Amino acid sequence: MVSTRESKYLDVIFITVCIVIIIVCLLPMVTLLARSVSSPEYLIRNQVTLWPKGFTLDAYRYVLTDSKYTWSLLWTTMLTVAGTLLSLFMTTLAAFPLTYDKLKGRTIISSLILFTMYFNAGTIPMYLLLKDIGLLNKPLVLIVPYCLSVFNLILMRNYFYTIPASLRESAEMDGAGPVRILLSIYIPLSAPIIATLALFYAVGRWNGFSDALMFMNKREYFPIQLLLYNLINAVSSLETYSTEGFTQPGLSESLKAAAIMFATIPILFVYPWLQKYFIQGVTLGAIKE
Amino acid sequence: MISTGTRGSSQGASRYFQRYWSLYAMLLLPLVYFLVFKYIPMTYIQIAFKNYSIVKSPWEMPWAAHNGFEYFIKAFQNKDFMDALRNTILLNILDLVIGFPAPILLAIILNEISHRGLKRITQTVAYMPHFLSWIIIAGMALQLLAPSNGLINIVLQRLGMQPIPFLNEPVYWIATYVILGIWQSVGWNTIIYLAAITSINPELYESAAIDGANRLQRIWHVTLPGIRSTIVVLLILSLGRILGSDFDRPYALRNPLVKEVSDVLSIFIYNYGIRGLQFSLTTAVGLFQSVVSVSFLLFADYLAKKFGERGII
Repeated sequence: MVSTRESKYLDVIFITVCIVIIIVCLLPMVTLLARSVSSPEYLIRNQVTLWPKGFTLDAYRYVLTDSKYTWSLLWTTMLTVAGTLLSLFMTTLAAFPLTYDKLKGRTIISSLILFTMYFNAGTIPMYLLLKDIGLLNKPLVLIVPYCLSVFNLILMRNYFYTIPASLRESAEMDGAGPVRILLSIYIPLSAPIIATLALFYAVGRWNGFSDALMFMNKREYFPIQLLLYNLINAVSSLETYSTEGFTQPGLSESLKAAAIMFATIPILFVYPWLQKYFIQGVTLGAIKE
Repeated sequence: MISTGTRGSSQGASRYFQRYWSLYAMLLLPLVYFLVFKYIPMTYIQIAFKNYSIVKSPWEMPWAAHNGFEYFIKAFQNKDFMDALRNTILLNILDLVIGFPAPILLAIILNEISHRGLKRITQTVAYMPHFLSWIIIAGMALQLLAPSNGLINIVLQRLGMQPIPFLNEPVYWIATYVILGIWQSVGWNTIIYLAAITSINPELYESAAIDGANRLQRIWHVTLPGIRSTIVVLLILSLGRILGSDFDRPYALRNPLVKEVSDVLSIFIYNYGIRGLQFSLTTAVGLFQSVVSVSFLLFADYLAKKFGERGII
C-alpha cells in the first residue's frame, strides 16, 4: 500500500492519541503513589506533584497497623473468595442444562431467567425481602442476593455452545449421564470462560459498595469499599480518627492515598494476566440467543 | 391403539426423566435463587399502591388513596423527586451523546495503529479503569481535582492561574462526572467494537484501496458500515438505560455543594427509602423507573427493527 503524506499525518495523530490515553489513565495512579510515600510536611505545603518528596513508608505502616482496616481487607478477601466460588457454582448449574436442546421446558426457564435482566423489582422491594427473610445485616447478605448474574450466565452458556455437540453425544453413547459429561468434558474445556467469570465476579465483590451501604449496618462486616468511602469523605484528621480509628493526625492525606492503594493493588496485579480471556468472554456476550 | 400410544409415550417420558432428571436437579438451586431474589421481590411492588405497614405482609396492606396512585402523585409533587428525575435524564443524555461515540472512535484509532506493541500497551492500560470501583475513582479524583490541594489545581496555581472548582460547582461537577465516566469505560467498551472490526472482510479494504479510497475514506466507507449493527445494538441498550441510574458513581462523586445536580433517582430512593423509611413512595419511584426503562428498551428495539437492523429481543 502506498503510504501517502496524508496517511503519515494520520499516523502521527493516532499515535499521539494512544500516548495521551496512556498518560491520562496512569496519571491518577502516579499521583496517588507519589502522595502515599511523601512526608506530610511537603504534602501540606502542596509541594508534591508527580514525584514523592521526603520519601517515607509511614502511611503504609499506619494503614497496616490499623486493625479495622486490615480486618476489613481480610474480610473482603474472604467474601471475594467465597462469593466467587458460589457464583461460579451457581452459574455453571444454570448454564449447563440450558445447552440441552432436548430439555423439556427449556424455553420457559430461559425466558423466566432472561426477563429478570430487563425488569427488576427495584431496591426497596429487595431491601424489604431481605428484611423479611432475615438476611438484613447478616454476613451472608454480602454474598447471596447478587450471586448469580444473568449476563454472566449467558456468557457461560454461549461458551458451552462452542463445545462440539459430538463430544457430548459420543459420551452419551458410552452411557455417561449429564453430571459426568459436565465434570469430565465441559468443565475441563471451559478454563477461559471460568477464568473470565471468576475475574468478573471477584472484581464485582471486591469493588461492591452499595449493597453493603444499604443492607449491612454492622461495622465489623463492612467491606473495604465502605470503609474507604468513609475514610475519603472524612473532612478532618480528627474525623478520620473518630470514624476509622487512624491515630495519626497530620498524616491524613498520605494515609488516604495509601489506603486507596491497598484497595487498588490486588486488582492491578490480577487483570492484565487474564486479558486474553476476558476479551474472548466479552466478545461471546455479543452472540445473540 | 390409543392405549398403546399412551403407554408408549409414558415409557418415553420415564426414559426421558431417567436420563435427564439430573439436569432438573442442577437447575433447582438457580431456579430457587431466581424465585426468591428476583420474583418474590416483584410481589413487593404492590407496596407502591398500598400504605406500608411494618406488621402486615404486602398482600394484606390497605390500598392507598386515589385508586392506589397516591404515592405516584406524591412523588410528582415532591421537589426532590423532580430534581432527581431531571438530573437522571440530564446526566444520562450527556453520557449518551458524549460517552457513546468515544469508544467507537477509540476502537477505530486502535485498529489503525500498525505498531503492535503500542496498540497492546494502550489497550491494557485503557482497560484498567474499568476494574476500579467508583469509590477508588472518587478518591483518585479528589487527589487530582480538589480545589486547594488537587494536583491539577496545584499546577494551575503555580502557573499563576485561578484554581478550578471541578467537584464543588454544579456545572463543573457535571462535566467532571461525564469525563470520569468516559475515563472509566472507554477502553473497556472498545473490546466489542474491535471484535466487530476484526470480522470485517479484508477484501473490502483491498477493493476500496484499488478504487482509490484514501485512509479516511476507507474508515468511513468500510470500517464504520462494518460495525453498524454492533453500534445499533449497543445504542438500544444505552437508550434502555436513559432513566436507569447507577448508584455508586454519583454517590461516590457527590458532596453537599453539588447535591442539586448530583442526586439522581437511585440516591433519592436510598435517602427517602432506606434512610427515611418511606417505603411506599420509593417503591413507586422504583417501579416508575423500571417501567419507563423497559418501555424505552422495547421502543428502541422496535425502531431498530423498523430500520432493518436485527435488534436485541
